[in-house]
Amino acid sequence: MQADTLSGGFADPSIGSSHAFRAVMEAMARPGTVHGISGAVPPAPLSPAAGTVLLTLCDTETPVYLAGAADCEAVRVWLAFHTGAPLVGPAECMFAVGTWDAVVPLSSYPVGTSQYPDRSATLIVERPDLCATGAALTGPGIKDQAALSLPEVAAFHSNRALFPLGLDFLFTSGDCVAALPRTTKVS
Amino acid sequence: MKDTSDQSNFRKAWMSLLAKAPEGRAAALLDGAMARPAFTWLRAPEIGSTMVRARAGATGAPFNLGEMTVTRCALTLDTGEVGHAYIQGRRKEDAQTAALIDALMQTEVSQELRTSVLEPLEAEMTTAKAARAAKAAATKVDFFTMVRGED
Amino acid sequence: MYVAVKGGERAIENAHAWLAEERRGNTDIAELGIAQIREQLSLAVNRVMAEGSLYDPDLAALAIKQARGDLIEAIFLIRAYRTTLPRFGASEPVDTGAMACDRRISATFKDLPGGQVLGPTFDYTHRLLDFKLAADGDVPEAPARAAETGDVPHVTGFLNREGLIEEARHDDTPPRDLTREPLEMPADRPLRLQALTRADEGFTLGLAYSTQRGYGRNHAFVGELRIGAVPVEMDIPELGFAIEIGEVTLTECETVNQFTGSKTEPPQFTRGYGLVFGQTERKAISMALVDRALRWEELGEDNVGAPAQDAEFVLYHADNIQATGFLEHIKLPHYVDFQSELELVRKLRREAGVDQVQEAAE
Repeated sequence: MQADTLSGGFADPSIGSSHAFRAVMEAMARPGTVHGISGAVPPAPLSPAAGTVLLTLCDTETPVYLAGAADCEAVRVWLAFHTGAPLVGPAECMFAVGTWDAVVPLSSYPVGTSQYPDRSATLIVERPDLCATGAALTGPGIKDQAALSLPEVAAFHSNRALFPLGLDFLFTSGDCVAALPRTTKVS
Repeated sequence: MKDTSDQSNFRKAWMSLLAKAPEGRAAALLDGAMARPAFTWLRAPEIGSTMVRARAGATGAPFNLGEMTVTRCALTLDTGEVGHAYIQGRRKEDAQTAALIDALMQTEVSQELRTSVLEPLEAEMTTAKAARAAKAAATKVDFFTMVRGED
Repeated sequence: MYVAVKGGERAIENAHAWLAEERRGNTDIAELGIAQIREQLSLAVNRVMAEGSLYDPDLAALAIKQARGDLIEAIFLIRAYRTTLPRFGASEPVDTGAMACDRRISATFKDLPGGQVLGPTFDYTHRLLDFKLAADGDVPEAPARAAETGDVPHVTGFLNREGLIEEARHDDTPPRDLTREPLEMPADRPLRLQALTRADEGFTLGLAYSTQRGYGRNHAFVGELRIGAVPVEMDIPELGFAIEIGEVTLTECETVNQFTGSKTEPPQFTRGYGLVFGQTERKAISMALVDRALRWEELGEDNVGAPAQDAEFVLYHADNIQATGFLEHIKLPHYVDFQSELELVRKLRREAGVDQVQEAAE
């Protein structure tokens, strides 16, 4: 076991995770806005933003699906040490992480039940970049209209149709995070 | 995982021993044996809990019995060995000592640690257990059969 | 419903200060230490750990001191503290067959392998107040005798070999956890056992007693009662193998119950199971009886309408922290609610003409 795969956690876990949680919460509350998020230094190919989100939101009771290239030995060991999260397939996960090509199709993930809509997956989608241009977003938390560089539109359109069930999305790139909760209409 | 299963078994044995050691005892033995090396925290001592499970009817389906407090930490020596500790209770000092010993057991001082820390610790704990078992044994009922009348 | 009211901050602060003073009592008397409570009131500590659902004798002792000996208040403090702890994981199911037994008795077999070990029990004491304890004095060391080594087998195993008792079939389904998801009916046996092991001792005892008196009778014998320490093993993800992370003292009770058979099950003995943190014998036996009563459905027995057979009634009322929270909240201000009730009663009385009759009488 190498020490380097075990480093890269928060320097001060309680403060670091609080800052990161605030960033995720702001991103979710105002869909389309881009927020800085840092603190974790995960192994490649994870971005610092994705690693920080995982360390902040995951623990032994949140099954995680590592999609595509994210499913490598270094990430598995790093995640096990810092979160203890069990690794599972898409159908059982509460969180999934990977590039858009790796995480699709969205039909593989739990969307919750009518009694417990919260029992659904949150997808952490790694993006080459994040900017406030592209698909138009409307809905709760958005004054008039927002925009976000999404990988596509159709998938989010059908996800919105499942409301109150559905998936929630966090987009990560470098040390930035943006969100697209199931409440947001994409056009 | 690079550890072979034999190494894992040895490591499991010393980590288990350290987790159950009485408060401060492993530290006293370690400090009596050698100076503590420098190290860097990978995870500073942290107090949390573990859900203890049991089985219905002792052998059936598992159920959640309740939690216990646990302290854990991880550190790395300047020479690169990584030490982990998961020990019962809220004992940050003891967790640090246990993780240090775990790391040192992977170095060339392992034999010295074995004879000056692990073996004495195990002997003390075995003696304490045996004393309790002996008191329990003294409360064992020795039945003797009364002469029974026959028709 | 209660309505928040403002004011009273100074009164509350002063009440807290007085509470602290009353907790300490007469300062001419030496203050109790946490270690003294842990060592000398250990059965109270055990109850707080069991019903607080957190094994940590020092914390339970602190809670008892803070609660001035009110054990339900102490359990409340432990439950509140427990929620602040990050959970590192769940242990492997403990192996009670490997218990280092302080006590191990059977009411069904006299000569069982491993023997009848009484342990530090109240059972054969005369229940006469011992005034010697009122004076300080050293306690002589308890006698010792050479102990047998090796695991002590479970009594139910002997019956199992003859096929006379139902088997507790091995299963590895991860159990539901009522500290993570709200309790929902129907509750399977693992969930019921979790609720019962942390249930109020008095409530569980009363229900168990009711089954003995005929409300859902299930003819229980104590097949085995054992108390002792078992190691707790947990899988450590970053290591890739499991280690022992500590040791807990448990009380285990297995009842052997008469069963004449049903449509689905042959005539055989059935089992009730109690397992509780600490030396908590009364609770463990009660738990086993109530567990067995709740199993009527899976065993194909009749529901005779007994309280102990009603899972919803038992499980929703067994938790003393839920119960005390709801019960005690009615002492909080309900001024607005009561005002509306008052208006209603006055109106009804006017309509019924009660007040006029009284006036006429005067």
